[in-house]
Amino acid sequence: MTPDSNEERKKIEEQEYQQLVEQVRPRPNILLNCIWAFIIGGLICTLGQLILDYFRAQGMSMEDAGAMTAVSMIFLGALLTGLGWYDELGKKAGAGSIIPITGFANAIVASAMEYKREGYIFGVGARIFSIAGPTLLFGFVAAVIIGLVKYLTMLW
Amino acid sequence: MLSGKKRGLQSIEFLQAPIISSSASVAGPLESKSSWAEDFDWIMEDYLLGESSWERTETKVLQQVIQIALDKQQLSFEDIEVFLAGDLLDQIISSNYTARELKTPFLGLYGACSTMAEAILIGAMLVEGGFFTRLVAAAGSHHYTAERQFRFPTEQGVQPAPYSQWTATAAGALVLEAQGNGPRVSSITIGRIVDMNQKDANNLGAAMAPAAADTIHRHFLDLNRDSDYYDLVVTGDLGLVGQDLLEELFVQQGVVPKPNISDCGVLLYDGIPEVNAGGSGCGCSACMLCGPLLKKMYRGDLQRLLFVATGALMSPTSTNQGESIPGIAHAVAIEI
Repeated sequence: MTPDSNEERKKIEEQEYQQLVEQVRPRPNILLNCIWAFIIGGLICTLGQLILDYFRAQGMSMEDAGAMTAVSMIFLGALLTGLGWYDELGKKAGAGSIIPITGFANAIVASAMEYKREGYIFGVGARIFSIAGPTLLFGFVAAVIIGLVKYLTMLW
Repeated sequence: MLSGKKRGLQSIEFLQAPIISSSASVAGPLESKSSWAEDFDWIMEDYLLGESSWERTETKVLQQVIQIALDKQQLSFEDIEVFLAGDLLDQIISSNYTARELKTPFLGLYGACSTMAEAILIGAMLVEGGFFTRLVAAAGSHHYTAERQFRFPTEQGVQPAPYSQWTATAAGALVLEAQGNGPRVSSITIGRIVDMNQKDANNLGAAMAPAAADTIHRHFLDLNRDSDYYDLVVTGDLGLVGQDLLEELFVQQGVVPKPNISDCGVLLYDGIPEVNAGGSGCGCSACMLCGPLLKKMYRGDLQRLLFVATGALMSPTSTNQGESIPGIAHAVAIEI
């Protein structure tokens, strides 16, 4: 048998095995997961809205109240992570607890807690953004692009 | 010169089979909820045990399980001629730090979840070859050391896939001797890497199942046995998905060890709903073998056991670089 046909046979075997894996592997219950994400994610957003309304009622401008709401939600996400509750929430809610700003706080605080044992410089300092880093980087990239677009449309 | 002990391509049949004179197992808080709880020698009350890091706890547990195995035979560290051990962490630190306390000659091993079988088969060859008369083989893992090394920080809120396995917080150790009372390691089959191009780090059972099928098939061919020879063939930690895949592969290959085949990762988490698809981690198969399974053998409920620990040799670096996950399985036959 030539090496080529051996390789081809291996490839076919791998493809057949992959099909078998797809068959046997349990599927995530997407509908149920979506419902949980909607409920918990929705509750987090409702809480954010209540906090925003509270600051507005205190006489803050929309801009200030928005910033204060973000700060409050980040604090809550960090607090729940520190208490060891946010990861339990995440098991059920999935994207529902990752997407809101509380999830971003969770990613940063969880990393800080985990790597604190390696010290403040090489542990916390070097690895605090190990999960949140991609969000930050591509958030900055998006901001630069949008800034450029805005600048160009102003020149028009 | 032929040794006269090698059988077929990958197997060895011992003439003076080494004895497992003692064994011990430790299980974590979650694992203690399993129906095997009575068969574990020690159950951890929490995940830290007063230590300052998960890694230190893993080392402490490994030391403890060896101590218990030795205590059962009134042995001390000085009585051990060689210590063979491995774990899942980079540079196998838990085993290294355990060996630092033992102060005996040490061989560190890495075979991912197959480590316990690797330690037993190397240990059995060292004893039967007449090089040493008494040694310890051990392996352990900790859920949170593995989580943070291979996946996410432990407090990160992520949703596990329904087919992902739970790294066991558990450890097992056994004493191998040239003479004594207990079950014998009668033959072994050294596995080869089988890689079916699986790349999903959440589905390690799928990466390991072909290796398990290969090694079991080889074992039966090399030693001219069929599955009826064993009371139980138990794979390492394939989990529920891997176990189903193994059955399918057996059907394809025409091997039928069906009646008495099971899996340590499935057995250990039997009746624990928090775990989706069974356990993994080298402590899982080590703890199941050195606890419930060997106790069954000491009691005489099991006569012939084929222990096939499977390892997914996964590295986050190579997985991120697009490499597939190599699988391996080693077989150890234990008989009364």
